[in-house]
Amino acid sequence: MTNELLKIKNLTTSFRIGDEYYAAVDDVSLTLNKNEVLGIVGESGSGKSALAFSIMRLHTRAKIEGEISLNNRNIVEMSKSKLNKIRGDEMAMIFQDPLTALNPLMPIGRQIEETLFLHNKRLGQQGRKKRVIELINLVGIPRAERVYEQFPHELSGGMRQRIIIAIAIANDPELLIADEPTTALDVTIQAQILDLIRELKEKIHAGIILITHDLGVVAEMADRVAVMYAGQIVEIATVERLFENPLHPYTRSLLNSVPTEGQDRLHVIQGVVPSLKNLPRTGCRFAERIPWVDASYHEENPTLHEVESGHFVRCTCHKHFYFLDKKEEQENVVS
Amino acid sequence: MSFLEVKDLQVYFPIKGGIFNRTVDYIKAVDGVSFELEQGKTYGLVGESGSGKSTTGRAIIGLEEVTSGQIFFEGKDITDKKAKNKNFRKDVQMIFQDPYSSLNPRKRVLDIVAEPLRNFEKLSKQEEKKRVQELLDIVNVSTDSIYKYPHEFSGGQRQRIGVARAIALKPKLIIADEPVSALDVSVQAQVLNFLQEIQKELNLTYLFISHDLGVVKHMCDNISIMYKGRYVEQGSTKDIFENPQHIYTKRLIAAIPDIDPKNRDKQFKFRQEVAKEYRESYDTYFDGDGLAFGLQSISNTHKVALPEKG
Amino acid sequence: MWKFIIRRLLITFPQLVFLSVLVFIMAQMMPGDALTGLIDPTITAEALDLQRERLGLNNPWYIQYADWVSGLVQGDLGQSFRFKMDVTALISERVMNTILLSAVSLIFTYIIAIPLGIVSGRYNDSPLDSVITGYSYLGFATPIFIFALVMLWIFGFQLGWFPTSGSVAPGLESGTMEYYISKLYHALLPGLSIALISVVSTIQYLRSEIVDTKQKDFIVTARAKGASENRVYNKHIFRNSILPIAAFFGWEITSLISGTVFVESVFSYPGMGLLFLESIMQRDFSVVTSLVLLFGAASILGALLSDIILSIVDPRIRIK
Repeated sequence: MTNELLKIKNLTTSFRIGDEYYAAVDDVSLTLNKNEVLGIVGESGSGKSALAFSIMRLHTRAKIEGEISLNNRNIVEMSKSKLNKIRGDEMAMIFQDPLTALNPLMPIGRQIEETLFLHNKRLGQQGRKKRVIELINLVGIPRAERVYEQFPHELSGGMRQRIIIAIAIANDPELLIADEPTTALDVTIQAQILDLIRELKEKIHAGIILITHDLGVVAEMADRVAVMYAGQIVEIATVERLFENPLHPYTRSLLNSVPTEGQDRLHVIQGVVPSLKNLPRTGCRFAERIPWVDASYHEENPTLHEVESGHFVRCTCHKHFYFLDKKEEQENVVS
Repeated sequence: MSFLEVKDLQVYFPIKGGIFNRTVDYIKAVDGVSFELEQGKTYGLVGESGSGKSTTGRAIIGLEEVTSGQIFFEGKDITDKKAKNKNFRKDVQMIFQDPYSSLNPRKRVLDIVAEPLRNFEKLSKQEEKKRVQELLDIVNVSTDSIYKYPHEFSGGQRQRIGVARAIALKPKLIIADEPVSALDVSVQAQVLNFLQEIQKELNLTYLFISHDLGVVKHMCDNISIMYKGRYVEQGSTKDIFENPQHIYTKRLIAAIPDIDPKNRDKQFKFRQEVAKEYRESYDTYFDGDGLAFGLQSISNTHKVALPEKG
Repeated sequence: MWKFIIRRLLITFPQLVFLSVLVFIMAQMMPGDALTGLIDPTITAEALDLQRERLGLNNPWYIQYADWVSGLVQGDLGQSFRFKMDVTALISERVMNTILLSAVSLIFTYIIAIPLGIVSGRYNDSPLDSVITGYSYLGFATPIFIFALVMLWIFGFQLGWFPTSGSVAPGLESGTMEYYISKLYHALLPGLSIALISVVSTIQYLRSEIVDTKQKDFIVTARAKGASENRVYNKHIFRNSILPIAAFFGWEITSLISGTVFVESVFSYPGMGLLFLESIMQRDFSVVTSLVLLFGAASILGALLSDIILSIVDPRIRIK
């Protein structure tokens, strides 16, 4: 496939706790095409952020195994200097917290300029400044010349997030990873930032990985969605299909716990998300949260099954899953 | 007599400046807010950061100094700090946003939940332990965990422990300041369900402060929208969502992401239309300082901040 | 920024007044008065009283204080009974020596502390860091005067690399090149002794700043831009960590004072510290109080300097 931008194969990212390594991302495989937005949804502890950091290789102390191929080059095995040529150029990242992601002691302009300086040596001092002003305008901030000289603390959270986006798109990246880009923002600002990312997508034709816990954000932005639970992808499908015909018990439970029209009670998933140390390493990881589903319905080593073209679900338990509360079941009839 | 009545509440914070650090100006965090609550219902107070929604809640319970205005609880003026007597402090409780920092990490669950009991009721050790276990039972936290410390619990459990402490004295009004904002969706569901359950059991009144319109819509009978210290709209949940009048309300509603991907383009267009309307009709809805006008009734339940006619 | 600095200056003034009051009270509480050391023991009590009256020593305390302060402002710190000369003249001779010594030890401190702190912070928990941290603990635990004695014994007496006393070789004419070189030469060993001990707090401070800054989100942003590790350290971590160190500079002056007091006496270095200890021994109280006043003022000004530096280098304070 010539359209394929990113291919992740059997990626496992582990962190050391005490003397042992624990996998926060466990055997994840996925692909991303050019011009595509892949949403990755999960709750805290699902490994979605660890996955994003792995792609950028931003973890300082983690063991990464498997393959991450960006335009057919494996990032996992890349030397640091080679990696630095790609980071900020071919691939870039938008961070979650605009209040801490900028250097408080460096003027805004210089922070954007840095990424230009690192990847576009031909651009001179003047050229860089011109481009920075252009970028500040592009992300919708008025009076760019003034902002160029300002320091982060002089801007609002929404403005700072725009600056972080400007840094990310400065070198027209092919892969853009957005890690909870709107979580720290107010709703109206969130809408503006999402619109901005959508507009930019048209302009720079990047493949985007959008990491979020907000199902609404995914529904609005993504072309395809991967749902993560306890370090694994449990379901992956086109956005329409995932919201119309969710299959994995976790996906269905999650969709039912969001307040929507005409709902009396929200669905509650039994138990808690297991901590990294206590993840069940064998069998279906979601089994303990749905104890009423007979153990025999789970696979011994659950794998992703393609139930329809492009729609994958982990484990076989989804075929036998039902909500305990009958009423919820009726509201969520599998079509 | 209404259960809680707030009349023209103002909370100003001084801005210090100049060489002598004198007050040079005020931030009008809450700038003339009035509302009434009926017992047993849930009232949503919605706004973005800096809208003054939290300050309003904190002023009612006495965590902020009231600059002017009056607050009546069950007919009694409790505006002044001294008027907030033992009964008031027992009847009105608060739940905070962050379950990680609102519980003292060095105290056991037993001590955390028992703290209000110790302040207001004289119980023997045995009775106290029994009450705490009952409370933990209500909030669905294992009763044999009373000797554990907050860090041993998950976020949702911690928030429920916070709730257990809040309901220990059987309060009448609970001010919940962003009680689920720090929680994951599935945990949020748990806490919201639970808040609804205990409301029925204890005939609680909630003042539910949140920035999340989806959650507020699910929880509340009545919603007020706040912007820069003032109310811009107030009405039943139906009024607000089906017949929003103020452009700011419309903008907030348009900003909620739609969970159905099929509506994507529709939602995008809708949002652009609202944004356009917002730009074009700004002067109709806001005064020269960019603040909302006074509230005008447009139906029995529905009030909107509009300039006075004539 | 200007507002901040002016406000800070305004705070400094009452601090200085408070210090002078404290010193004045201290001086009053000391046994005897300005006359005790000067007079002929055979003089009669009446004559003494007369003298007291003439010198204003029987006036109420606030008038005495006012006199004392007005003298202070004019540079009159009274008389040293031991040296039989004006305290001002006595001290001003020594002040230059101490300033030189302080400057030398400050320079040594930063030359040693910055690289060690950076290495220790950048490679924290490495063997190298353990060695540096180990040295720091040793430095914290070692009393400076013992360390200075050891230094003097090894480098002064055994190896003979450095002079063992005084601030300048005798017989040199003031103002010549040789004179200044000799001055500097005399200050090296005591300066180094102070630096090697006082450096540890700066090392640890810098180390913890770096370890702290390393974990900040904006460092991740820098890495995501494709900045090399060296660039991340030089442009982001080091710069942001050195800022509080720069502010620490003023406080360094305060800690130097305690250093010089002991080290000067070990090296018989004629500075304010040595004078201070000698004057205490000899009960030369007018000198002691003057020196306490000077040391106190230096601390207050050091703190002031710290805050001003911080306000200049930190844009969060500068732009307001």
